[in-house]
Amino acid sequence: MRVLNLAGTEDTPKIVLDKDNGVFEISGRSLPEDSAEFFQPVLDWIDEYRQTSNTETRFMFKLEYFNTASSKLILDILSKLEDIDGTTIVWHFHEDDEDMEEAGEEFSDLVDVPFEFETY
Amino acid sequence: MKYIYDLHKTMLDQNLILVYEGEFTQEITKSVLAMAERNMESHGEASSIKRKVFNVMVECLQNICKYAQNLEDERNMVNNAIFMIGKHDSEYFISSGNAIPNEMVENIAGRLEKINALDKQGLKEYHKFVLKNGELNEKGGAGLGFIDMARKSGKSLKFNFEPMNDALTFFSLTTTIPRVAKSKKSIKETEAIK
Repeated sequence: MRVLNLAGTEDTPKIVLDKDNGVFEISGRSLPEDSAEFFQPVLDWIDEYRQTSNTETRFMFKLEYFNTASSKLILDILSKLEDIDGTTIVWHFHEDDEDMEEAGEEFSDLVDVPFEFETY
Repeated sequence: MKYIYDLHKTMLDQNLILVYEGEFTQEITKSVLAMAERNMESHGEASSIKRKVFNVMVECLQNICKYAQNLEDERNMVNNAIFMIGKHDSEYFISSGNAIPNEMVENIAGRLEKINALDKQGLKEYHKFVLKNGELNEKGGAGLGFIDMARKSGKSLKFNFEPMNDALTFFSLTTTIPRVAKSKKSIKETEAIK
């Protein structure tokens, strides 16, 4: 399956979705002008991945900032991952970033998929 | 020419560290964010405060981008807005001012009043509700900006409406971010000192 690889910019996150190497990662800053347009390729990729998903999917979020429009799209991504067996969300937050920790906890309340929390 | 001096003095008197007046786009948003970040970094601001200020700035600036575009499209007018950030010993304040169509005043005022009436837990629940049940509007907004600003602030959002003409009202909004870091870590450290 094709690899989705987007380099991060000052207002968009770095994204690596690589089934063969088991790498699923969204990191950096997310405040695109149009979050729906920006994240559409990610949602499409997950739809395709669901057809032939790995037995285990550790999907990592390591975000420094995200705007509220992105939070809606992150929830969409999580909702899609909810339907893929063997998925764990690995939510990274900076050790003094309580807001990012809380954001992860709130997302975990809204979807039925296991979350692991890790600090950096 | 004295107005230049007056403006300079006003900025100093009001503790303003950055003021931008003009057109708002995503590119300008990025530049303003970078300037404010650099300013906070050079003053050694705590990272938790920096992040909160940054978050509120993003919502504020992107709100203006959306409203300004809206007005340009629908009424064929160029609408400039103002954005400013100020710093006191105890807090940062992030203010914006932009024209909105008169018919939006009631809706915005209602939403802000609702948010200001909620406590921390209430805001958390309301945020979750809108995040789960809301949909992105035609401008790509999630309807979460004001809620997020109030949560990051921990204080009420101050706002004002000044009628401009038959069609437009000037909407001003100020969010305050306390500069006292209330992280778990600092609480633990305080306890350890005791």
